[in-house]
Amino acid sequence: MKNNRRTFIKLAGIAAAGLAVAPKALASSGGHSPVKANPKGLHATQWAMVIDTTKLHTEEEIAKLAEACHAIHNVPKIEGHKEVKWLWSDTYAHTFPEQENPHLAEEVHHRDFPLLCNHCENPPCVRVCPTKATYKRPDGIVAMDYHRCIGCRYCMAGCPYGSRSFNWGEPRKNLDLSKLNPEFPTRMRGVVEKCNFCVERLAVGKMPACVEASEGAMVFGDLNDPDSEVRQVLREKFTIRRKPTAGTEPCVYYVI
Amino acid sequence: MLELALKGSKRYYGWIAFLLVLIGIGSLAYVNQLMVGLETTGMNRDVSWGFYISQFTYLVGLAASGVMIVLPNYFHSYKTNKHMVIFGEFMAIAACIMCMLFIAVDVGQPTRMLNVMLHPTPNSILFWDMTVLVGYLSLNLLVGWTCLQADRANLPHPKWLKPFIYVSIIWAFSIHTVTAFLYQGLPGRHYWLTAILAARFLASAFCSGPAILLLVMMVTEKFTTFKMAKNALSTLVKIIAYAMCINMFFFALEIFTAFYSNMPGHMHPITFLFAHADPTLVTLMWTFLACAAISIILLVTPKFRNNLKLLPYTLIILVVATWLDKGLGLVIGGFTPNPFHAITPYWPTGKELLVSMMVYAIGALIVTVLFKIATSVKEEMGHSQGLPCGCSTEDTCECAPEEVEEAPAEA
Repeated sequence: MKNNRRTFIKLAGIAAAGLAVAPKALASSGGHSPVKANPKGLHATQWAMVIDTTKLHTEEEIAKLAEACHAIHNVPKIEGHKEVKWLWSDTYAHTFPEQENPHLAEEVHHRDFPLLCNHCENPPCVRVCPTKATYKRPDGIVAMDYHRCIGCRYCMAGCPYGSRSFNWGEPRKNLDLSKLNPEFPTRMRGVVEKCNFCVERLAVGKMPACVEASEGAMVFGDLNDPDSEVRQVLREKFTIRRKPTAGTEPCVYYVI
Repeated sequence: MLELALKGSKRYYGWIAFLLVLIGIGSLAYVNQLMVGLETTGMNRDVSWGFYISQFTYLVGLAASGVMIVLPNYFHSYKTNKHMVIFGEFMAIAACIMCMLFIAVDVGQPTRMLNVMLHPTPNSILFWDMTVLVGYLSLNLLVGWTCLQADRANLPHPKWLKPFIYVSIIWAFSIHTVTAFLYQGLPGRHYWLTAILAARFLASAFCSGPAILLLVMMVTEKFTTFKMAKNALSTLVKIIAYAMCINMFFFALEIFTAFYSNMPGHMHPITFLFAHADPTLVTLMWTFLACAAISIILLVTPKFRNNLKLLPYTLIILVVATWLDKGLGLVIGGFTPNPFHAITPYWPTGKELLVSMMVYAIGALIVTVLFKIATSVKEEMGHSQGLPCGCSTEDTCECAPEEVEEAPAEA
């Protein structure tokens, strides 16, 4: 008995020493080179956006933002119901279907509202994806791996905001190949795509393209940081979100 | 036993050749879809699932329904069904394969389909659906084939098979439940967001599935010496009658919930399907209600239910009703109106229908081959053979008492 305990303690000691050394040994073994984040990159625990629709509400203004977004992400232009879009506009009734009333201020009724992926805190598209092609990053961005996607379109059925597009045909057919952005990949047919909150721009310290083009009508920042600009706006102004009943906790807020 | 599928009449080979031609034509449409993408279909950004997925959903019901013959036999020792069991299992095999093919033709990147297994994602119902379908297919292959082989060798069914049979009975319920979960867990699709969807799926499966099986069995009787026992037939028709009544009762519950609550989101898909869609779809949806009513009247009235001349028509009407409800309306109604309450029309294209025809023809081919094997074995054994008076050797009828005794002796 005594002997057993002694051997156990000995073994436990060796094991503990091994555990302490192992990570360092593994790191230096060169299996994976340690990844360093870009020091200039922007970081958050939950990215969020506030759109001030008192400043930004005409179709033309929103079309300009959509153009900026679609140009840098090589989003193909397709007419009709098979279209691909990351950012677009629609009426109040379509944007907030459960929050409409027949006597809405006429001015609000005539506004157009910018729509994009809500990067929900509790995204149904991530829940339903059978291959983890849609996943939630630690910074709250709902991202897509176009090479993992099998094109089952379950995420499109799951999204209550219609924020996803499918490449029904060859997307490059509908792109001006002379004006491609070489810094962002084009997609292949048969995969789903969507707004990515410009994750590639955040990584190098830039704000999302639509935010930059909105001239202050859109604010972007960390929802979990009480001092962020986003939280400041949310504190000062009354905001609503799309389809709150779906329980997805959308991270795009609208100032009406 | 596969060699039994190779010995057949000219008519048998003609039918196989016909199916192969259909498969050939359909596969051309599928190759075209592979080359240019799913833009050959009528699906769009708002209605992102269409005819393929709705056929998949309908056929899962057919796969699950085999249990309605297997369960009485094993759980209740209702031995009248004994010689029908194999057909239920073989039908389930064909249905499972058709289901998988419908999924395969629907995905945008079929070459990556293994990602579902390579990166198993338990939070996705699609992963579970694949699991239960593959499982059910394997169980039915194992049980069906082993039982038939034992029959052919005049041996009792092996004991080790029992657990697999019991598991397969419970599994049958799971495949349709999981398929319903595929739909009913989605926020923002009110037509599907209902706790009773799985129950509705099962009810509709347990009437439409046995109905299709009976129709196929009637065709089988025409071309082979196999004859269903009368008791087994009438039991199955009663099951169909009950299941159809429950199915329509569940549908009525949905209508009540939607319209008494007056919730716009719940009412919209129903008013769309039955009133505001394009005239063809509205007509089809009302046809569903009419067919459902007619089939229920014919099934619950003993005089009509026991009329074997009328029965095939009753079953066809029932299959039409359930197909319009689940094989067409379910998916279209779920996506329209879309989350913005806007309406995007969907209708399958010719190419979509050709590809679906290919899958159905493959299913028919599998059913033909498997049923050919099963009926040949039954013929060898003298099980359930037709008598000149129109009864089966399994019936205890007065018309041919001698032959009942003779049959096993011949074998």
